[in-house]
Amino acid sequence: MSNYVINHLRELESEAIFVIREIAAQFENPVLLFSGGKDSILLTHLVKKAFYPAKIPFPLIHVDTGHNFPETIAFRDALVEELGVQLIVGSVQESIDKGRAKEETGADASRNALQIVSLLDTLEEYKVDAAMGGARRDEEKARAKERFFSHRDEFGQWDPKNQRPELWNLFNGRKNYGEHFRVFPISNWTEMDVWEYIKLENIDLPSLYFSHQRDCVVRDGVILANSEFIKLKPGEEVVNMTIRYRTCGDMPITGAVESEADDLTKIIEEIATTRTTERGGRADDKRAETAMEDRKKQGYF
Amino acid sequence: MEYKDIELLRFTTAGSVDDGKSTLIGRLLYDSKSIFQDQLDAVEESSKNKGFDYVDLSLLTDGLKSEREQGITIDVAYRYFATPKRKFIVADTPGHIQYTRNMVTGASTANLAIILIDARKGMLEQTHRHSFIASLLRIPHAIVCVNKMDLVDYSEDVFNKIIADFKSFATKLNISDIQFIPISALAGDNVVNTSENMDWYKGSTLMYHLETVHISSDYNHIDCRFPIQSVIRPHTLENQDFRGFAGRIDGGVFKPGDRVKTLPSGFTSTIKTIELNGEQIEEAYAPMSVTMTLEDEIDTSRGDMIVRENNVPEVGQDIEVLVTWMNSNPLLARTKVVIKHTTNECMAMVKELKYKVDINTLHRIENIDKIEMNGIGRISIRTSKPLFYDAYRRNRQTGSIIIIDEQTNETIGAGMII
Repeated sequence: MSNYVINHLRELESEAIFVIREIAAQFENPVLLFSGGKDSILLTHLVKKAFYPAKIPFPLIHVDTGHNFPETIAFRDALVEELGVQLIVGSVQESIDKGRAKEETGADASRNALQIVSLLDTLEEYKVDAAMGGARRDEEKARAKERFFSHRDEFGQWDPKNQRPELWNLFNGRKNYGEHFRVFPISNWTEMDVWEYIKLENIDLPSLYFSHQRDCVVRDGVILANSEFIKLKPGEEVVNMTIRYRTCGDMPITGAVESEADDLTKIIEEIATTRTTERGGRADDKRAETAMEDRKKQGYF
Repeated sequence: MEYKDIELLRFTTAGSVDDGKSTLIGRLLYDSKSIFQDQLDAVEESSKNKGFDYVDLSLLTDGLKSEREQGITIDVAYRYFATPKRKFIVADTPGHIQYTRNMVTGASTANLAIILIDARKGMLEQTHRHSFIASLLRIPHAIVCVNKMDLVDYSEDVFNKIIADFKSFATKLNISDIQFIPISALAGDNVVNTSENMDWYKGSTLMYHLETVHISSDYNHIDCRFPIQSVIRPHTLENQDFRGFAGRIDGGVFKPGDRVKTLPSGFTSTIKTIELNGEQIEEAYAPMSVTMTLEDEIDTSRGDMIVRENNVPEVGQDIEVLVTWMNSNPLLARTKVVIKHTTNECMAMVKELKYKVDINTLHRIENIDKIEMNGIGRISIRTSKPLFYDAYRRNRQTGSIIIIDEQTNETIGAGMII
């Protein structure tokens, strides 16, 4: 019997690095979509490993909604500095100012959908032909059917019924002028894999992911950080709570969990016993049963 | 607490809703606590809205709007679960629409296939198709689950009859490891827990088998194959002379100090280092992604292959392929296509269509002028440059190709080299 076995994290790592290297080889203008969340931080780590000792051979794009956690922006800037990589920021505020996007109104207003405009504009401006993201298939049901190499037409749209079959490790990145690809190297990772790998590789994360004290507002059962972007509804009050985040989107829509987990070991234990998905606290997914698919068809990541 | 040092098993399930496939997957996910409360709530809500009397677990996997509307699975869905012993990736493929295309896609990366048979119905055409595709794609392990045993009074005779039928059919196939398990996905018999209703069955449960089947020999660890993805040249002051070959090992075991040959140039050299992220690796084998440096400066780039001096793959421009056709325009002889093989890409001409296979009877149909969508057949291809390949039965990575339409850039076929 042979001993030539690698464990599941190393196999997922190898698969992701293979896909990342395929992106660099098959496309002229690839970029890494960096949200500041743990999945994109992990992806950035894998990209660094894939090309070491060379530097990351393409820029990071961050679509800044203007509603980010300040911790996310600070972390982003420090990481970019450390890696010596180019950062391109697509600004939703700019899209709104230019009249390209229209701000939602009301207490539940969100800039989530507006990101699509800024993202597509930025991809077009820099003539990006492959945008790599940290989306995973276990996150959401529409993503369960997403390919590693996901084709987008000239309008940036996804056609879920007409996806290219993906066999073995042969990835078809051929395209016509004006079309582009979204590529998801960590498609096969689960939330638990991500946390175990972060621990294994000792990857730095923003403090948001660890237990801390914060002023919050509980709205429809979701714990939201109190911030200038939130308008209190009648009957709502600000409470100081001990919380952490499982995902990091915009401040007004990302729900926190009450948690004492202040290190990776405790977080992994917490996830092993938790009974809700990490996007369970995302108001953007609760708008409709196929909210994610609808946004993806329009060009969302 | 150290992270869990466990293996990854990829398996495929094929069948339609009637086989109880969704129920089985739902049970595996549920019993391994991989379904979360909010997912279950959402599915319960949808089931109620649709007027169902029971919770339809297929709604967990059927995510696309059109799938939900039509109540069918259109595309391969990937599901994930883990037990303390292993992590699993399930390629859940639909049984009716586009069955061959989807099953072949799901099967291409699988270590194991679950073939579901309804105990009341026995072997059906669909069972033939699933088994043939598992065999064609050389999935190393198969588990035949005879499901709905609760509906045949847990009868040993029924189970034995189905095993006998399957074995007689399987003599025409190439699956080396087949297990048979009588189950009831609905009632839970022999899925995760041993059935109390079938004391005549002495084998293991489905979950136990999934957790313990020996998969480390599923890769070829004999013939050294390292297709180069790209060359890493840092252009920095401290690494001016670094020239690393990036890629994923497709076969064999490579070590620093090994004598190697690069194809197509034929130059020989010695492996200086194998590394990833600056960490040195003693032994590299499939499916590891690594960066390799050589002692000599050799002009080698993407599409080339590093192999052992005394164990080289086939090199040639004329290849014989078993093809699965995936496009609505049928495959015709004399068609010009693009093919991808390892990290190579080139133009090719389909020279001849030799026969197609009736996948229900496994009969060969000769003298054909086309192969239609979801058809499987044998063809010969002439490539515009030499490929370095192995027979698919020796190596699933260096023995596979995809065929791409030159005009639309769509993937239109999948091929296994004979």
